[in-house]
Amino acid sequence: MPDITRRRAYTTAAAVAATASAAAPTAAPAATAAARHDHTAPDSFDEVYKGRRIQGGPASGGGHHHEHGGGYAVFVDGVQLHVMQNADGTWISVVSHYAPVATPRAAARAAVDELQGAPLLPFPTN
Amino acid sequence: MTVRKNQAALTADEKRRFVAAVLELKRNGRYDEFVRTHNEFIMSDTRTGRRGGPGHRLPLPFLPWHRRFLLDFEQALQSVDSSVALPYWDWSTDRTVRASLWAPDFLGGTGRSSDGRVMDGPFAASTGNWPVNVRVDGRTFLRRSLGTGVRELPTRAEVDSVLSMATYDMAPYNSASDGFRNHLEGWRGVNLHNRVHVWVGGQMATGVSPNDPVFWLHHAYNRQLWAEWQRRHPGAGYVPTGGTPDVVDLNDTMKPWNDVRPADLLTHTAHYTFDV
Repeated sequence: MPDITRRRAYTTAAAVAATASAAAPTAAPAATAAARHDHTAPDSFDEVYKGRRIQGGPASGGGHHHEHGGGYAVFVDGVQLHVMQNADGTWISVVSHYAPVATPRAAARAAVDELQGAPLLPFPTN
Repeated sequence: MTVRKNQAALTADEKRRFVAAVLELKRNGRYDEFVRTHNEFIMSDTRTGRRGGPGHRLPLPFLPWHRRFLLDFEQALQSVDSSVALPYWDWSTDRTVRASLWAPDFLGGTGRSSDGRVMDGPFAASTGNWPVNVRVDGRTFLRRSLGTGVRELPTRAEVDSVLSMATYDMAPYNSASDGFRNHLEGWRGVNLHNRVHVWVGGQMATGVSPNDPVFWLHHAYNRQLWAEWQRRHPGAGYVPTGGTPDVVDLNDTMKPWNDVRPADLLTHTAHYTFDV
């Protein structure tokens, strides 16, 4: 996908996830692009956890006027989960806001645990 | 003068009036505005202190921000029933699911195991009086799982260990800081405030935590602990006091009000007193 931006690639991956039902993982966004962008960014991930697709990877700036992900985006079944990185490097999400975990993947898994199968709602974008 | 009482000492009539006022704010839509404001604060808070693209805001100061937020809520309650004050929950004392706080005549108990749904009390979904409208997922019922996410609430000894910290806050003024503020907030050390959110579970563990009325009783106790800290350390004040990039200094205004500074909120006695 060298001819499209990371953001577009990511949106495409999310759209695929939204329509696929527990499908096998498809190509995750290019981690090499993330490494160029921010050498501290965690790796991308894409897996099915407890029957739900969780994905994470670098997201380009712009478009996120309401939250802080440190340039990293996480999705549960294609719906973006708001995540934040703490100053000590740990992560929290909007559904597990007071219990830091080590990685964005752990935050995504904690969200799936918390949701007990419920759909995540998209967070406000303005 | 408003007197904030320990929830354990409330009379049956005081509990009834508090619950009725909360339900009226829910009915008329004002309650959900508080939930929305809190979630916007959570989502725009940056704990790293890094400021990126458009829309990024300063990390908001935990203690004065919540003091003002609670004052607004308490005034809203009093617009319904002028006799009502915010009670506080001393979770270091009333630390089990059997506390009267969780009885059906007050906040109701923990959620059922299958889906976390609270089944009793005035805020149970089955009453029809407590729809969860401002939410991050599809579930519209109040949920709790008391003592599941973490087994123990903080002890009095742990509270005392934090109250003994003589410095209000320290650079870098975020979740990595040493000092009283961050230990009370719970990003570091024995973990007081954050741990209570996790112990309650359900919506209380999320960015829309004010969906559970216990949010106000938890934070009222945090405010009391701040006041107690101030009495123990009369020479120690809010920091930083000026010129700090990406941090709300003593005399900077706070969102969403934009007309109030931490300096305006250091003394609670202008607004209320405690029963102890």
